[in-house]
Amino acid sequence: MKHSLSLQIGPVAFRIGSTWAAPLDALARLYAGYPEPDRICDFTVRLEPESPWRRWVRPSVAIHGDYVLPDAAPMSLAHGLLAAEMGMNLQMALGQKHYLLLHAASVEKGGRALILTGESGAGKSTLAALLGERGWRLMGDEFALLDLDDGRLRAFPRAVSLKNGAIRVMEREVAAERFGPRLDGTPKGSIRHLRPNPRALEAMAEPARPALILFPRFGEATAVRPVGQAEVFMRLTQASTNYVSLGGAGFDALTKLVDACPSAAMDYPDTDSAVELVETLWEQAA
Amino acid sequence: MSGARLLVSALRDPASVRDGDWNALIAAARAEQLIGSLAFRLEGQKLPPKLEAILNAARRDANQQRVQALWEAEMTRRALAPLDIPMILLKGNAFHAAGFGASVGRSVGDLDILVPRESLVSVETALIGAGWERMKDADGYDDLYYRQWMHELPPLIHRTRDRMIDVHHTILPTTARPTPDAGALIADSLLLENGLRVLSPPDMIVHAAAHLFADGDLAGGLRNLWDIDRLLREFAVDPGFWPRLAERARLHQLSRPVALALRLAARLYGTPVDPSLADRGRLTDRFFEARLLARNSWGQPVRPALRFAFYVRSHWLRMPPLMLARHLWVKAKS
Repeated sequence: MKHSLSLQIGPVAFRIGSTWAAPLDALARLYAGYPEPDRICDFTVRLEPESPWRRWVRPSVAIHGDYVLPDAAPMSLAHGLLAAEMGMNLQMALGQKHYLLLHAASVEKGGRALILTGESGAGKSTLAALLGERGWRLMGDEFALLDLDDGRLRAFPRAVSLKNGAIRVMEREVAAERFGPRLDGTPKGSIRHLRPNPRALEAMAEPARPALILFPRFGEATAVRPVGQAEVFMRLTQASTNYVSLGGAGFDALTKLVDACPSAAMDYPDTDSAVELVETLWEQAA
Repeated sequence: MSGARLLVSALRDPASVRDGDWNALIAAARAEQLIGSLAFRLEGQKLPPKLEAILNAARRDANQQRVQALWEAEMTRRALAPLDIPMILLKGNAFHAAGFGASVGRSVGDLDILVPRESLVSVETALIGAGWERMKDADGYDDLYYRQWMHELPPLIHRTRDRMIDVHHTILPTTARPTPDAGALIADSLLLENGLRVLSPPDMIVHAAAHLFADGDLAGGLRNLWDIDRLLREFAVDPGFWPRLAERARLHQLSRPVALALRLAARLYGTPVDPSLADRGRLTDRFFEARLLARNSWGQPVRPALRFAFYVRSHWLRMPPLMLARHLWVKAKS
């Protein structure tokens, strides 16, 4: 491919090739300060025109690579950075077989991990990013990787993908140099990426023992409810992209996780009360 | 070296892999759905730890695919048991069920089965009663096309297990020029200890060759040819195998595709083949080889003109000219 770049995110190395320079330039700026990637990459991502003439005429970026979704719509070149991010996510979702992959955010304190999971829009990305600026280590905002052999969580601290209202929340919290460009009019609305802080990057190879699972929900009055183990298990199978394809190994890892971790559902009206609530629940769980 | 070339030489001679473009090898193996086969083939070689970890995950995944494939075959056997007809597993599922060397690391997607043509309606009804559903628009052109001209029913998908099944009544479209003897395929099939059925070894080779060279545009061809290599090495231990293969290829009117499969397996994977069956090489063999190897170090398909030529060829093989014209007309309008 004409342009290429490799990235190391937690235990996973990506090789990203592109027909155009712009998406990779944006990616290199956003991922400045990440460690030197492994020479052998786990996944290849390709950003290329849907058809040869679309390189020049109304350029559109098709997201290809080792693993491909057959009906994925191409994206505008202006959103090339988002296409690269989606390409990496796609490889993880379809091709990750080392770890049980949970669609969840995670943060760490004292070697122990807090897992935040819930549907899109529940606010887990924002909450994890905020905790990452307030005394916790951000392990990841999108995917939590559960080691099938030792049951520990591995960090996957890619750039945090902030959407719509969450962008302003974090702009108030973090210096401008850690942000990527603001992308308006994407399929998910406005998006701005945020590079995790140096502490998250320095410690990205350090695993953590899962200690608490929370199901946050934004936009409701403050409330905490217990969630039974069977329900936690079912919700985590739904939050996993590779639970079924891992077979027995996935079942064993998930059973151990649910057995070892207390859990709760929490509703919150705003981010400050969410942070406070998380700290309280974390102390209770300790 | 191209990605596909790297892949072929690693499969052919695992000891020859050297510290090189590992990323190209992995990308090509994934694109050709040969990562599991490669992972087992390279087991025991001295490799960088990172590569070893990637291949280890691929082996684990392949083992899980085997479990799922056998489970799907068993569920289908149970669904069709009341009909009391022979149900024969084809392709990857058959290799796994029979425990052939070709199944080591072999990826499996859909389940392919062969049943007698006169049982098609009752098979479809039984499957739908057991949780499979139609995918294509039930009376659109595609559905009609399948039922009238193809060698299989329109694909069905299982409601809860989300797995596809292709029910065949023969091994080539009815519009293709060769007419394989479907009755003989079924009559000679083997009953395995686990209650499942597979084609006889010579018919298995004939089917693999027909699938690769008498139908389709050679997409995924390196994997099909790797199947042929593994199967031939296992079957040829029996000295009576080659004459039986010659006889069955003639019976099914597929001697030329079988000869071509033998020549290309020998060329790419070094498969030992009977020279009288493989016949003399032809000039066009080079085009087939080039098409099979048309993938670069990023896993991208290359040589678009050659690929397009094989795409056109696949339609030409499948349909008489007038029918092809009508098909293209309908497809262009939709």
